[in-house]
Amino acid sequence: MGVTSVALALSLTVAGCSGGFGAASKGGSDSINVLMVNNPQMVDLQKLTAEHFTKKTGIKVKFTVLPEDDLRDKMSQDFSSQAGQYDVASLSNYETPIYARNGWLAPLGERAAKDPQFDQKDILAPLRKSLTAADGKIYAEPFYGESSFLMYRKDLLKAAGLSMPKQPTWREVAKMAAKLDGYRKGLKGICLRGQPGWGQVIAPLSTVVNTFGGTWFTKDWKAKLDSPEFTRATQFYVDLVRQHGEAGAPQAGYTECLNNMQQGKVAMWYDATAGAGSLEGKDSKVAGKVGYAPAPVEKTPSSGWLYTWAWGVQKASTHQDAAWKFVRWASGKEYEQLVGRTLGWASVPGGKRASLYRNQQYLENSGAFAQATKQAISSARPDDAGVQPRPAPGIQFVGVPEFADLGTKVSHEVSSAIAGKQSVSEALKKSQRLAQEVADAYADR
Amino acid sequence: MPTQTAERTRPVEAVVPASGRQAARARRAQRTKDWARRAPLLPALVFLIIVTQLPFLATVVISFIRWNALAPDNRGFAAFDNYKAVFTDHAMRSSVLTTVLLTVTVVLVSLLLGLGLALLLDRGFRGRGIVRTLLITPFLVVPVASALLWKHALYNTSYGLLNGVLTWIWGLFGSDNPPQPDWMTDSPLAAVEVSLIWQWTPFMMLILLAGLQSRPTDAVEAARMDGASPFDIFRCLTLPHLRRYLELAALLGTIYVVQNFDAVFTITSGGLGTANLPYTIYQTFYQAHDYGRASAQGVIVVLCSLLVATFALRTVSSLLREEVTR
Repeated sequence: MGVTSVALALSLTVAGCSGGFGAASKGGSDSINVLMVNNPQMVDLQKLTAEHFTKKTGIKVKFTVLPEDDLRDKMSQDFSSQAGQYDVASLSNYETPIYARNGWLAPLGERAAKDPQFDQKDILAPLRKSLTAADGKIYAEPFYGESSFLMYRKDLLKAAGLSMPKQPTWREVAKMAAKLDGYRKGLKGICLRGQPGWGQVIAPLSTVVNTFGGTWFTKDWKAKLDSPEFTRATQFYVDLVRQHGEAGAPQAGYTECLNNMQQGKVAMWYDATAGAGSLEGKDSKVAGKVGYAPAPVEKTPSSGWLYTWAWGVQKASTHQDAAWKFVRWASGKEYEQLVGRTLGWASVPGGKRASLYRNQQYLENSGAFAQATKQAISSARPDDAGVQPRPAPGIQFVGVPEFADLGTKVSHEVSSAIAGKQSVSEALKKSQRLAQEVADAYADR
Repeated sequence: MPTQTAERTRPVEAVVPASGRQAARARRAQRTKDWARRAPLLPALVFLIIVTQLPFLATVVISFIRWNALAPDNRGFAAFDNYKAVFTDHAMRSSVLTTVLLTVTVVLVSLLLGLGLALLLDRGFRGRGIVRTLLITPFLVVPVASALLWKHALYNTSYGLLNGVLTWIWGLFGSDNPPQPDWMTDSPLAAVEVSLIWQWTPFMMLILLAGLQSRPTDAVEAARMDGASPFDIFRCLTLPHLRRYLELAALLGTIYVVQNFDAVFTITSGGLGTANLPYTIYQTFYQAHDYGRASAQGVIVVLCSLLVATFALRTVSSLLREEVTR
């Protein structure tokens, strides 16, 4: 990945603006192009499409599957030029409102409302809300949703004479982590992400900041990263990881923590609800030993984040009807049943529909964490995540285009504080400057 | 054909013209002949210009445009704003230093290791072919795969091989409290460097080995007859002969290592001061979606690389000339 490839990518973009350079073949009304992220659930979808969707509807689907970063880049290029190369793309709730405001997406709410079989009301309210743009219209339909909660080893807590409260606070969790740390040889108290990246360390840290009463920005665009609340939260997070957290924390992300938890190296893990499926999987050593508690809080009633991969339809797409047919199939109830029957209930893209949590077969296969997951997603409040009004929606992120870059830069500072290379106040002082630059651009508007 | 070559090497001026017309005809014939030689190369040249120079031109143009993919309404001519932003960007400045440190360390260390290995492999022993193949293997591993391997299988504090070996050694002496250093946190840049050195040593070794094999053996024999010690032979015969190979290996290695992205991206995600230039550009392009600024960064990096490469090529090209005149 040198300078040349950046140059090449850019030159392709330029060509793309000047009239569909290298655009995929725009087949008849019976074929659509779908751009999606390379997560396992999406790969399953790709396998099932030909037999179950194309056979019924006659619509051919051409998939382009990419890793998250590449996907975001390709998507923003294609959608911003409205080249119409892709009819449907997988967006997260971070991009959806931003893309909608730029006028890149076709509204889906009305189509969904006219479609009783799709049953829009069945989709969990926080998800619906997080995919609704500022104009009140829904612009994407979720494929699966996730929140964050606390996973802990029931057997170890019991042995150490601890019990997990129904709604733990962060202080309680820190005390428990201290007690469990070293309780057995090589056991650490808790695993928290420390790897740089706006989708890595910043996600759990932001939920801690929210519930400690901090915020990235005030309603009138003042950066607040050096405020006492933000500092207290970050100091708490960094101290907890440094004192009782996993080894190698500055490079530990979701994957590393999952490994640590599965290997029995840590007693607790605060992370995405999606992790539970892997912990209860067939090849996991800790299956059946894990308990699930809501995300720890301090000043707010709940603190779990909200994330979803959802389907958006490009406004310039010339196959709006076919695109909608695909979206309603992929996000529909029948698809969940289909995956359960053919690939097993553990592979169902869950966390988005209330009806799935009334399905006996699903509950039997994921009883341990199903209700906790639904609870976590249902109690997430993307529009009101903290104790103060905010300029943009989002729990573990701030819903503005600049955040991906800002969050990543701040994450490097925090990560280096976790590594002990600098103090938390130093890290936040640098971060405050970066955040203020972003805020200034908005305050002027 | 020999007659033709003789004709071609004879300069045009040497043909004494009987008249102006004849001279013109001779010149025309000469030109036709020249073009007949060049024409087959033209398609390749044109292709080269299209795939290398046009994208760069596009990059230069974009670097003067205010263009962020996520702010479609705010596009326009930016003059030197992007360049200003790049030069005042603290991250960019520190990544220049990181790149220099990373490149120099990796190239020098792997050059020394490669030299050592090449000298060892230069003698005959049983199983030399197998050893050589094994030594080359690291260079054939996909860079991303090798970075992942280092991150998880070797460096990881809880399940990595390095700390596992420490535990085992300490266990031999009956201690159950071995040191468990956190390699990637304590020395992040060194962690990246070591994985790269592992990857590039075979490359250096291959070039130097080729150099050693082309060494005239009679001079060494003669030196040995005259009672020179092995070290003297190395200093006065081998090293001067290897100089051009060392320089070539260093130059090629530098060009590749400057562009390294995989190791930084995978092992440390650019954290803890390991972000080099390619990683910083990647971040501007993929995270900030700021095409204008990413292009400006790219242009600056290309200009700096050109400066460095010009000097480096000058030394090497003098060697190439030497080669030709020999």
